[in-house]
Amino acid sequence: MSDSKQHSGSRSSFDRRSFLKGSGAVAAATAAQATGVGAGEGQAAQVESGWKKIQLTVNGKKVTVNVQPRTTLLEVLRYQLDLTGAKPVSLDGSSGASTVLIGGKPKTASTTLAISCRKKNIDTVESLGGENLDAVPKAFVDNDALQCGFCTPGFVVAVRAFLNKNPDATEAEIRAGLNGNICRCGTYVGIIDAAISVAKGGA
Amino acid sequence: MAYLQDDKPEGGPYNWPSADEATVIGKEHERLDGLKKATGAAKYTYDVNLKNQLVARALGCPHAHCKVVSLDSAATLKVPGVVHVEVLEHAQPGSEINWQGELLVIVAAETEGAAAEGVDALNVEYELLDVFTAAEDLEAATKAGRTSKGGGKVETINEPGDDDDEDEFIEKEIARLFAESKHVIEGFYGVDAITHCCLEPHGSTVEWEGDKLNVYLSTQNVSGTDEGFANSLGISADSVDVTCDYIGGGFGSKFAPDYWGVAAARISKATGRPVKLMLSRDQELKIAGNRPSGYVNIKLGADENGVVQVWDSQQWGSSGISGGGVSHTVVPYVLVPKNFRRKSTSIKTNMVRSRAWRAPNHPQACAMTQPALDDLAAAMGMDSYDVFMANLVNASNGKAEVYAEEMKVGAKLIDWKKNWHAHGKGKAKGSVVEGLGMALHTWGGVANTSNCLLKIYPDGGVESFCGTQELGTGTLTVCAMVLAETLGLKVSDVKVNIGSSTFPVSGASGGSTTVGAVSESHRRASQDALRELLVLAAKELGVDALALEAKAGRIQSKDDANKGLSWKQACKLIGLKPLEVTRGHRRGDPSPLSSSGVGGVQMAHVAVDTETGVVKMKRFVAVQDQGLVINPRTCASQIYGAVTMGIAASLYEQRIADPKSGAFVNAELEDYQLARIGDVGEIIVELYEPESERARGVIGNGEPPAISPVAAISNAIANALGVRVPVAPYTPKRVLEALNAAGRA
Repeated sequence: MSDSKQHSGSRSSFDRRSFLKGSGAVAAATAAQATGVGAGEGQAAQVESGWKKIQLTVNGKKVTVNVQPRTTLLEVLRYQLDLTGAKPVSLDGSSGASTVLIGGKPKTASTTLAISCRKKNIDTVESLGGENLDAVPKAFVDNDALQCGFCTPGFVVAVRAFLNKNPDATEAEIRAGLNGNICRCGTYVGIIDAAISVAKGGA
Repeated sequence: MAYLQDDKPEGGPYNWPSADEATVIGKEHERLDGLKKATGAAKYTYDVNLKNQLVARALGCPHAHCKVVSLDSAATLKVPGVVHVEVLEHAQPGSEINWQGELLVIVAAETEGAAAEGVDALNVEYELLDVFTAAEDLEAATKAGRTSKGGGKVETINEPGDDDDEDEFIEKEIARLFAESKHVIEGFYGVDAITHCCLEPHGSTVEWEGDKLNVYLSTQNVSGTDEGFANSLGISADSVDVTCDYIGGGFGSKFAPDYWGVAAARISKATGRPVKLMLSRDQELKIAGNRPSGYVNIKLGADENGVVQVWDSQQWGSSGISGGGVSHTVVPYVLVPKNFRRKSTSIKTNMVRSRAWRAPNHPQACAMTQPALDDLAAAMGMDSYDVFMANLVNASNGKAEVYAEEMKVGAKLIDWKKNWHAHGKGKAKGSVVEGLGMALHTWGGVANTSNCLLKIYPDGGVESFCGTQELGTGTLTVCAMVLAETLGLKVSDVKVNIGSSTFPVSGASGGSTTVGAVSESHRRASQDALRELLVLAAKELGVDALALEAKAGRIQSKDDANKGLSWKQACKLIGLKPLEVTRGHRRGDPSPLSSSGVGGVQMAHVAVDTETGVVKMKRFVAVQDQGLVINPRTCASQIYGAVTMGIAASLYEQRIADPKSGAFVNAELEDYQLARIGDVGEIIVELYEPESERARGVIGNGEPPAISPVAAISNAIANALGVRVPVAPYTPKRVLEALNAAGRA
């Protein structure tokens, strides 16, 4: 058995070209300037292209970052702002490891385009630490709800968001409501206990 | 604490405090790096961003078996942001590629997006070759010429005489033993391959400082990977520094630099810039670690009490391209009858070689064999608990009594007596039936080689240095607890430094060897350092050093706590330079501080829906011995984690290969199913630590609790249904197929 096969690339990434391909005539019109840097804010065009500076509000601070239309929020956080708490585990978002709060709602930064986050408040796991330590990360430590810790930031944010919405959550609700995140080391028992302890404490 | 037998300030003796004396060891302590991890402050290899770094991505081979005909990277080099393209040596045109995912070309760029776009722009022509991946299908493997004879062994009480033909004798002897057996059963059991699926993929960030290479590597082997880089790059090991402060999972798959780590170093040299190269998710699943599959046909014969007297098994499976499979040496598993014959067949598939996976061979061997014991119980109409108990006479590791005690503890926790029913005879609630199952396991857990440099500063500061690594097992915390215990300090008074190859050598974290290793080195260094300090304090106080002890932040008389010095006062006596002691332990040397060889019993309570085939965990009990426990909290977490992983391997996880193309079709987390928080039910962990265990010293427990879950859950499902689902994972499809085959659907 032997036949020949042509192949280019093994993975699909959300790149500028496929973005434009799907946008018909507008794509053709903007393709010429696609590689230029700084297409400028405030253009009325339906399709954005090239590198441009945008302003985001991350953990209460306004920051200016440089993005392409394909740039994910996760790339911006990790490579431009050195906020590496949100982790790249599954770019399809199915592990929940890149969970952050956007406008108070839990979203995976790996599936969110940075340009879609303008005018929204972005809160990362780092906002739950430091001087104003949140009850959730503390409860994770108290209940040993972490091992290698790579999934932990995403889980901490997911638990925070879940308890914000369900402050009096029961154990059954916690077990049913936090299935968007994966832990490979197997810390679920600790996470359940941590979430229960915060729910009971009303924090 | 009688540390001193003479006033010689070094060289032991070494010992642990008794349970009554210990103030830190054996008490629950929170993990010291917990808050850093829980707030995103901990920097993993993937998080290390060096100034001016390039980010690299690789093209993985899309085919399971092919030849690279041509390779064109011209379009890639035109992608804005792409800086460097490296075609790997094994991917040059004309090369044969034997498994899907094998990296062929690495593209380094200014951003991750540009690197990915560069990879997409590569133009490669392949010639497809014959593919075989169906390791479970012995007949197909034989037809495809993929099999070879594996190992085997025969042991019988009666041995052939000098004049006997050995094979003929064994054949007759085994036939005779079966004929004489009161109960004979036959069964087929198996476990599909799973992957390590580390959440932080394999990879590194590297930089050169002149001729010196700094590697931030996601590794379980901080002290042992510099040579791998050095040999591949033609430099000396002392020119390579490896750092790993945090690792996002390893499970046995991260011991080496791997060729992609070396490639990152080459690209960094060529471009003069730091390079970060982490595998993509599908590459991580496809090439960076998997566990061999194993399948077996078993016939066993037992006496009237259910004690197995004769065993005959033929197993097969695969570790990938090099054949292999589950080692025959652990079949039958733990409970080894006096007469047995085992044979194995090795199957070569177009899959990457497997890597060590948490307790290599044991989880599969347990799941391939202990269901047979449970099926024997079902055939005899006996309680499985009683059959396991009766077969402890066959325990091959001398731990029959420990297992018996652990079974009693486990039975209480899962309420075995109340919940037990004969196989398939439980009362159904609608279409849901419940069942109980158990399994038991063994593991070594010997302390690895480890060295610790301990510094006690004249201002009272205490700092240790050791080239071990924190896998999430609580190693860092264990080191600090041992030092604090020995020196009579609080855990927060000592600073532990690990995770760098510039620190004294400590072994790789594999084989459950780390907690023993670091307990050895840190206890030895601190006991001997304390001896030196006690001698200084004794002179100052005008007493015998043997009369002093370190307790509650003081160096004081054992008889009169008021007579003594504060820790700080005592440390002032050291002089200007810090007191430095380096001590170590060599793997395998006898020691009063550590030991090896554990048991462990696990029991599962499941509910199975016979209409949908869905299995739900209700309760899982793990009773585990591990000698002396340093930190019960992180020790228990290891067991919770191992059980959770075991639940995934039992019910969800499976590497699925397309039989025609050999493609690993579920190599993304959306499709590669793992247990989630709602899937684990209630897990109960019992640390079995009577004084007899405590007296054995420290033994690692990272692996043993990961062994039994699949067998215990398999047995619980069989108990619920009265039908064996033969191959793990026990997915709804397979449950329904088994019910169909038994005419029960």
